[in-house]
Amino acid sequence: MNHGRPWFRMTSLFLGFAFLYIPVMLLVIYSFNNSRLVTVWGGFSTRWYGELLRNEQILNAAWLSVEVAAISASLAVALGTVAGLVLARFGPFKGRTLLSGLTTAPLVMPEVITGLSLLLLFVTMEQVIGWPAGRGMTTIVISHITLTMAYVTVIVQSRLAQMDDSLEEAAMDLGARPLKVFFLITLPIIAPALMSGWLLAFTLSLDDLVITSFVAGPGSSTLPMVIFSKVRLGVSPDINALATILVAVVAVGVVVAGYTMTRQQKQKERDAQMALAANQQMIESVKKG
Amino acid sequence: MKSLLKRLGLEGRTVVTAIPYLWLLLFFLIPFVIVLKISFSTSQIAMPPYEPLLHWTGDKVMQIKLNLGNFAFLVEDDLYWRAYLNSIKVAAVSTILCLLIGYPMAYAMARSNPSTRNILLLLVALPFFTSFLLRVYAWIGILKNNGFINNALISLGLIDQPIQMLQTDFAVYIGIVYSYLPFMIMPLYANLEKMDLTLLEAAADLGSRPWQGFLKITLPLSKPGIIAGCLLVFIPAVGEFVIPSLLGDPGMLMIGKVLWTEFFNNRDWPVASAVAIALLLFLVIPIMFLDRAQNAEPEEGGRK
Repeated sequence: MNHGRPWFRMTSLFLGFAFLYIPVMLLVIYSFNNSRLVTVWGGFSTRWYGELLRNEQILNAAWLSVEVAAISASLAVALGTVAGLVLARFGPFKGRTLLSGLTTAPLVMPEVITGLSLLLLFVTMEQVIGWPAGRGMTTIVISHITLTMAYVTVIVQSRLAQMDDSLEEAAMDLGARPLKVFFLITLPIIAPALMSGWLLAFTLSLDDLVITSFVAGPGSSTLPMVIFSKVRLGVSPDINALATILVAVVAVGVVVAGYTMTRQQKQKERDAQMALAANQQMIESVKKG
Repeated sequence: MKSLLKRLGLEGRTVVTAIPYLWLLLFFLIPFVIVLKISFSTSQIAMPPYEPLLHWTGDKVMQIKLNLGNFAFLVEDDLYWRAYLNSIKVAAVSTILCLLIGYPMAYAMARSNPSTRNILLLLVALPFFTSFLLRVYAWIGILKNNGFINNALISLGLIDQPIQMLQTDFAVYIGIVYSYLPFMIMPLYANLEKMDLTLLEAAADLGSRPWQGFLKITLPLSKPGIIAGCLLVFIPAVGEFVIPSLLGDPGMLMIGKVLWTEFFNNRDWPVASAVAIALLLFLVIPIMFLDRAQNAEPEEGGRK
């Protein structure tokens, strides 16, 4: 299997990944810089981490962002799973095209449009039905669910499309009700997809600036809003420290998730082999006896 | 519970379908109707800062006041035209750059061993999980006048004066390409990985050179991946706000920035809505194409 030139492929991969990763690596390295000038090395130090942990405004914003992200990721996974299931398993029905369009559009819709339209919806709803009163965490969570459930839907839908539905059919043939089939068969099989969907929804919510700026009230500033207002004034070393912490959390999360998934996979293979071996033994003992 | 639903004439399926449907209708589709409505209203100093469209003028007479002025304003003031055209130009150039960088990467990934393939795929996906805002921020330190590139070039003696890179269009292109490259690689990789390599072998057996095989077989077959990747980069890039405001010249016209300024600085909600509607009308066609491209693929894969 040797199509094309290997050196060309290696070079394009090397340059491409260097482009993707060097900026983040510089960010991490210079977070340990003692100098206030972010881009001039002044010796190793962890002082910016200390300064970050004493910054009340950033800590409050970070806490609000984590809360919002955890709530909206969980609800987005619930809604997105249902939407993915409907699109992948319910076959053609009236309005399917609209539903699939509504789940694709938030993925690419420029955020300024989504943010503006959600804000105008909330203002109108407050005028008409008196809810949501004012803007704050509730409106941010609703907006983040709408944005991130689209990603979960795509992940779940493609996982279900790959999955063999004969297991589900077998369970139905044996008399299980659809709800039971979903919770006992489908859900455990797509669990890894739900896990990565949740992580993606969580990080997208944690990171969103534009939509949040539109729908957040005056009293609720999330972490990206605080970062953006600081970064507009130029680089600052404590933001580098913050970035390093976020990158470290993500890296650990991905490694742990990858490790558990490979282990589960290996466990499954081992189980299958053991079952096969047991089967063989049984056949042989039957032959002997 | 079950019998109650049955009595209401509702099937389980209908209820399940209704949950995400109603959510998306309420929080995604209806908001656009409201934006459209407000784009026809007149700005006023109040909260909310626009006049209602519908007026009850007593005696059950309803008066509808449609104000086309906001759209006329968009057409007359060439600031908006220039902003739209510039956004399209920036998005188009960035999309082409993403394709030129992303295609060889996706190709190389799809043709490497299955075990390295998964690691490479993870490396492409990882930036999705790190903050977009902070990744854009990283480029400020690299591009600014006393940033990494200028410092390196000066200490090597190649230049005496720092080159102005931050707050230029160049910086915006770099920012967009950097942030959206994974969106280009993913669909291209998914497409190239599925390709039947025996076709290339057949072509080689029949005497075609590798580059001929690439141009006549690989490239045409990867068209769906190219289209999906380009749309995934182009559509959000047109309305991009964060990258031009952090890396670009403060005077650079991008429609996302114009909308933001109208809304937050001028507090003119009707004009902001009109800007959004005009942008949306322009993007509806590429979005529909994308939906079709995306829905065609998984079904084909599932039926095989």
